Amino acid sequence: MATKPQALSITRRKARTGERVIINALFVCTVLSIAVTVGIVAVLLFDAVEFFQEVDLFGFLTGTVWAPGAGAGEGGQYGVLPLLNGTAMIAIGSLVVGLPLGVSTAIYLSEYASDRVRGYLKPTLEVLAGIPTVVVGYFALQFITPDLLRPIFGRDNVFIFNAAAGSIAVGLMIVPIIASISEDAMRAVPSSLREAAYGLGSTKRQVSLRVVVPAALSGITASVILGVSRAVGETMAVTIAAGNTPKITWNFFESIQTLTASIAQTVQGEAATGTVRYNALFALGMTLFLITLVMNIISGRIVRRYRQVYE
Amino acid sequence: MTAAAGTAAPSALRRGATRTGVVVLVDVAFAGLLFVGTIVAVIALATLIWTILDAGWARLVSDPAAFLANYVSRIPANAGIKAGLVGSAYLMVLTALLCFPVGVGAAVYLEEFAPRNRLTNFVESNISNLAGVPSVVYGLLGLGIFARFLRMGPSLLAGALTLAVMSLPVIIVAGREAIRAVPEEIRLGAYALGATKWQAVRSQVLPAALPGTLTGTILALSRAIGETAPLLVIGLPIVIFTLPNDLRDPVSALPLLIFNWTSRPQPAFAEAAAAASIVLLALLLAMNAVAIFIRNRYTIRW
Repeated sequence: MATKPQALSITRRKARTGERVIINALFVCTVLSIAVTVGIVAVLLFDAVEFFQEVDLFGFLTGTVWAPGAGAGEGGQYGVLPLLNGTAMIAIGSLVVGLPLGVSTAIYLSEYASDRVRGYLKPTLEVLAGIPTVVVGYFALQFITPDLLRPIFGRDNVFIFNAAAGSIAVGLMIVPIIASISEDAMRAVPSSLREAAYGLGSTKRQVSLRVVVPAALSGITASVILGVSRAVGETMAVTIAAGNTPKITWNFFESIQTLTASIAQTVQGEAATGTVRYNALFALGMTLFLITLVMNIISGRIVRRYRQVYE
Repeated sequence: MTAAAGTAAPSALRRGATRTGVVVLVDVAFAGLLFVGTIVAVIALATLIWTILDAGWARLVSDPAAFLANYVSRIPANAGIKAGLVGSAYLMVLTALLCFPVGVGAAVYLEEFAPRNRLTNFVESNISNLAGVPSVVYGLLGLGIFARFLRMGPSLLAGALTLAVMSLPVIIVAGREAIRAVPEEIRLGAYALGATKWQAVRSQVLPAALPGTLTGTILALSRAIGETAPLLVIGLPIVIFTLPNDLRDPVSALPLLIFNWTSRPQPAFAEAAAAASIVLLALLLAMNAVAIFIRNRYTIRW
């Protein structure tokens, strides 16, 4: 690295032959990471292009019915809007749950909690982040819908598969992401800013809300974008709990289908290689990949910027 | 409420501040609200674990040997997790063998040998973006390249390669952090004794960075082993009555069984899904415990 002392000046000028081989092997390992990206893009593009020879791109992006053909070469309707609608519902719904919980956890951990309480809470959040998504899906289907949503909103109003249960499940899954990145941003706020505010007679709440949160806002934003990106890409919990009914609705108690759930549903069926329905997998994958990639890049940029500000 | 270290204001100043009763009330309410917000996630986690235990414990302990040693069955009472448990173990070992050397190699190259140029920057941002790609997209990669293009089919090798590719960016990031934590003086000391750059890396930097790298690798593997979507997408079977003898043999996995049983309407299958979830959570907990043990026992504090 450029910032390190010039250690090389005291070593041999050229690495030995055997070492060049090793270093080249390490370089190949690094290049493999590029190969993975190229592989993803190539696979998605290759079959998506075939898909778009059968279904026109405009119809795909604006169509309001997702009804894949049943057999080989069958027509079917491939409008992505119902799936985007389902994905947007889960993203927004999980944010309604995850944002307040995640940010209040971050403020509590960064500004209020004692070291001892932090010592308990942080590993607990890590455990929550580590629960397999299929188990969270089980929890949503077997607890959130029957024991939480139905008693509150009425048995007849809440479908057994519904967007609300999926949103709550995914919302809980993104709490650790939002909390840990936001907390990092809040702890990076210099304590001189806090002390200045205390010196002016502020209370802890005023310091938290008017100094720390605004100063850490870019980091909080980044954590939220990353959380939404995770919610968009989440597959198992929404497949299990939110249903497999592609439709355009904003009723959270109905069964819906997300982009990811549609992929999971198709691969469980017997979609033969080369059919339009099979190729549709990769068009959906491409859509998903592009949405999450853009979000991750934006979030990464923001995080890098706030790190520079305070370091 | 106690203040976190470094954020506490001098108490004299705070006492001197003018405070109305309302402000105090709002402050207390705000602190209470934050605490509630924090504790909800903890309660949700506890409820989740309780729900799983409550639904699955009886099924698991009624005949644990049969549950662990039986294959899947249409009759819920006879259904067992043998194929999934053994399959997940095979997948985990093979995934580790595939991605650990490559991940460490890439981390060493990026931290120790890579020139600072635009290509390196591009590779680095590429890796961090790969870490955010949804797992279902890795499944499509595995389906398109390993299962279909390389004609591996829904096999142990295709599954392990898919999980390895998915875990690779996480391991590279963990490895780089561990290598960066080794102080420059250690390298300089090695050079002073006449070591070449590679000798310094191999005999000094790598051993010192190993605990951190291992911890990160185990955590990445525990994530991979809990993953369902990529394995579902490449088409690994759920109903299977053999164990793999070969890399090309089909293999099942524990999360796939849980997903399948959860999707069935019969309550007895839901119990089986909960019982299998207990086994999966116990496995992940054990892996995390090993990771924490390695971190606490072997990490060198400079």
